[in-house]
Amino acid sequence: MLFLAETVISGLMAGVMYALVALGFVLIFKASGIFNFAQGVMCLFAALALFDFISPGGFMDRWFGFYLPIWLGVIATMGVMIILAWMIERFVLRFLVNQDAIILFMATIGLAYFLEGAGDIMFGSDVKPLDIGIPQGAVDFLLDDYGLYIEKLEIVAAVTATVLVIVLAIFFQKTRVGRALRAVADDHQAALSVGISLHSIWVVVWSVAGIVALVAGIMWGSKSGVQFSLSLIALKALPVLILGGFTSVPGAIIGGLIIGVGEKLAEVYVGPFVGGAIENWFAYVLALVFLVFRPQGLFGEKIIERV
Amino acid sequence: MSAQAKETPAAEQEQENLLSVNNIEVIYDHVILVLKGVSLEVPKGKIVALLGANGAGKTTTLKAVSNLLGAERGDVTKGNIIYKGEQIEKLSPSDLVMRGVIQVMEGRHCFEHLTVEENLLTGAYTRRDGAKGIRDSLDLVYHYFPRLRERRTSQAGYTSGGEQQMTAIGRALMANPEMILLDEPSMGLAPQLVEEIFEIVHRLNEKEGVSFLLAEQNAIVGLRYADYGYILENGRVVMDGDGETLRNNEDVKEFYLGLDSGGRRSFRDVKHYRRRKRWLS
Repeated sequence: MLFLAETVISGLMAGVMYALVALGFVLIFKASGIFNFAQGVMCLFAALALFDFISPGGFMDRWFGFYLPIWLGVIATMGVMIILAWMIERFVLRFLVNQDAIILFMATIGLAYFLEGAGDIMFGSDVKPLDIGIPQGAVDFLLDDYGLYIEKLEIVAAVTATVLVIVLAIFFQKTRVGRALRAVADDHQAALSVGISLHSIWVVVWSVAGIVALVAGIMWGSKSGVQFSLSLIALKALPVLILGGFTSVPGAIIGGLIIGVGEKLAEVYVGPFVGGAIENWFAYVLALVFLVFRPQGLFGEKIIERV
Repeated sequence: MSAQAKETPAAEQEQENLLSVNNIEVIYDHVILVLKGVSLEVPKGKIVALLGANGAGKTTTLKAVSNLLGAERGDVTKGNIIYKGEQIEKLSPSDLVMRGVIQVMEGRHCFEHLTVEENLLTGAYTRRDGAKGIRDSLDLVYHYFPRLRERRTSQAGYTSGGEQQMTAIGRALMANPEMILLDEPSMGLAPQLVEEIFEIVHRLNEKEGVSFLLAEQNAIVGLRYADYGYILENGRVVMDGDGETLRNNEDVKEFYLGLDSGGRRSFRDVKHYRRRKRWLS
């Protein structure tokens, strides 16, 4: 029983990590209908930038001879992500207004390679242990009293994800810009006609997605070091999105949790019968099943059709 | 007032025009010539109707004014558009909304997943005059469209066609416009609703002083409410005149109102070529 509880909890925590990445995808897809292939690389890029801002021997240290305290580094990295968003809008998206979704998708693939290369040149390609002061190791009292092994980092990730979702929900539902974002997601043309500028909305969306990517990058970087394989977690976010629905913020969270838990349970209870390693493909099979029977995902917006 | 207007020379009357479109040509995708020189004028505080069949260029004319053409790869290649003495064909739609020109698009285009009230509030996106002013405008919209107040919390996608049209017009009003470009308000609505919506347009025009440029296929209703009308055919203005004159014009009667000297005519009597059945192709 204890073992089951531990499996489920560690699955949930892994799920939160997936959800953090998936969240960035949802934001951009919702507001512009673009599937942003570069989201995973943005996580990597943000984590790399943050690392170099705050570590001795990093980018800042080598060029200016000093490095930033952690909190300032996080703010500076947010700034970097906002500038990046602006540049993406100015030099890529602006020229592709009203193109097919597939063309925009291709553009984001290009962007992914560009960012990966730029990250490599600017920050180097070695694995960097990102430490921004998130406590490591197991939560002591749970381990001592109940024999449950839960990482502190995972608790922090769960809390952060919760806060992030609440903030985003308020931003989308209650603010003027949030309303405009949803309007743009519904109908580009009509949004233009009431005077919403698509250019500035896109900068806002990509900035928010960039900041979400930073949060995901911090969590993943703290967990397994900042390395280039980080950009591949984007692939794990894909089944999460298919499960939760591409347009739903809560969907991204719940989808992440289902995948996380499902994966762990399948590994533990089904794995032995098929020789293990289910964790690697379970999510994709689940996504396939969803694509067949419920393509809009659990929480995806049903297309309202008037007859 | 009217006596004075008659005496003013042409130059001063120009100033009375809120909008003048001078001989514009519009090309889509660099190849498709849609407007071949359209000129029209909208005097301040009037309703001007653009009439014509499908594909005549009504919507394109409106979009040229509101500059929504850019998003459809359309371009004004000749002529100019002047609003309050300022050339506007290079301005972005959001600049235009801030200057008081807003378009209500054909087919309503509500934000389906937003509630009716949220839809209305998006109309105030460009306003900078604070929550109080926006609140007042919202009350004004609900005053003209009481039905929207009842439906304020429902998702716009689930409201009826008439309510969506009202939402779309209300949303435009929220921007505090001086001029609304209204595209096919009658589309897909029951005649009674069409009447209701035009009645509200008329009241908005009289009481709030909003000028309208409206594109309409339903020439009967359009001409009844319009002060002035232009008839477009194949991207050109073929006729213009005030509402009364156009309504009494023989050609207009026959082509657009379905009337001729013998009164209402049946479609059965209209000559047409029956398409021969083709067995191949």
